[in-house]
Amino acid sequence: MWWITLLCLALGLFIGYQLPIFLPASMVQYVSIGVLAALDSVLGGIRAFMEDSFDTTIFITGFFTNSLLASALAYFGDKLGLELYLAAVVVFGVRLFQNMGIIRRYLLKKY
Amino acid sequence: MHNKTGKIAIMAICVIVGIMLSVQYRTSESYGTNLRTSRVDDLTAANSALLKENQALSEEVVELREKLANVSSESQLNQDLQAELRKSNLAAGLTAVTGPGIIVTLNDNPQVLQPGEDPNAYLVHDSDILSIVNEIKASGAEAISVNNQRIVAMSEIRCAGTTILVNWNKIGPPFVIKAIGNQQLLESGLTIKGGKLEELKTFGLQTQLARSDNIEIPAYTGALKFQFSTPKQK
Repeated sequence: MWWITLLCLALGLFIGYQLPIFLPASMVQYVSIGVLAALDSVLGGIRAFMEDSFDTTIFITGFFTNSLLASALAYFGDKLGLELYLAAVVVFGVRLFQNMGIIRRYLLKKY
Repeated sequence: MHNKTGKIAIMAICVIVGIMLSVQYRTSESYGTNLRTSRVDDLTAANSALLKENQALSEEVVELREKLANVSSESQLNQDLQAELRKSNLAAGLTAVTGPGIIVTLNDNPQVLQPGEDPNAYLVHDSDILSIVNEIKASGAEAISVNNQRIVAMSEIRCAGTTILVNWNKIGPPFVIKAIGNQQLLESGLTIKGGKLEELKTFGLQTQLARSDNIEIPAYTGALKFQFSTPKQK
C-alpha cells in the first residue's frame, strides 16, 4: 500500500514539474502552509488505512478543509499582523511526526 | 480488506499533493528563497528611507547650486556668509534669543530642619538641575538657560561646595530654568508620571512650572578658547 502512495507522490511531483504553472509571489507563503496541511492529511490517511479505520469521506473532506483552513489562517494572520500561520505549522508539524511514527511501527510489525 | 475507493482516493490525493509540492518548489525557487513577508517589510522600509534621503539630497543640490551661482556676485556671497554666521551663532548660543517656552523654578524645602534629619534631602542638587536640563533637551528645547546662564555645548552644571557652578558662575537658589521650544512637549516631558518634577516634589522641594510666550534667553558670555582642537581639513 505505502509504496503505491510513494509512486503516486513521485508521479505528482513529475507532473507538477512539467506543468507551466506559477503561483503569484504574494500567495507562496499561504500555499506552502496549505501543502503542509495536505501532507499531514495524506500521512493521516495512510495511517488510518493501516489501522483499518479508513473512511474515504473523512479523508477527502479532511484534506480540503485542513489545507484551506491552514492557508486562510496564514492569510488572515498576515492581515491582522498576527503570526497565525505558526499555529498551523506547529499543529501539522507535530501531527506529521506522530503519523509517521505510527506508520513506521506498523511497517516494522508487518515485515 | 481495504476498500477500493479509499485506495483510489489516497492515490489521487497523493498525486495532487505531489503537484502542489513541485509547483510550490518551482515557484519559490524562481522568486528566490528569501521571499518572506518580514523581509519584504524590511525592504519597503529601507526603500522609503532611501527615497526620503534622496529627496533631501536633491534639495541640497538645488541649494548648493544656488549658492554656487551666488558666489560669482560678491555682495550675494557676503550676504550668504552673514546668514551662515547668524545660523552658527544661534546654534552655538552666542546670540540672545526670544520665543515661547517654559520656566521651571526650583527652590529648597522651606521646612525647618528637624534634629537628626539629613539636610541634603532639603536642598536642590546639581544633579537635579542637570537631569531637568537633560529632560528639556530631550523634549526638543532650542535654547536653555539656568539663572540666566546660557547652556551651551561645553556648559557644566556642577556642585561646588554649597553653591552650584554653571559656566563657571556660582548660582544659588531659587534656580530658574528657562527653555525655548514646543511648550506642550517641554511641559509634558517634565510633568510625566514618575518624571523628575514629581520626584523632586516627593522630597518636599518647591517646584514651579509656567508657560510663557515671550522668554528671553541671554547669549553665552563666557570665553571661547580652543587650545587643543583644530578644525579637521576635509
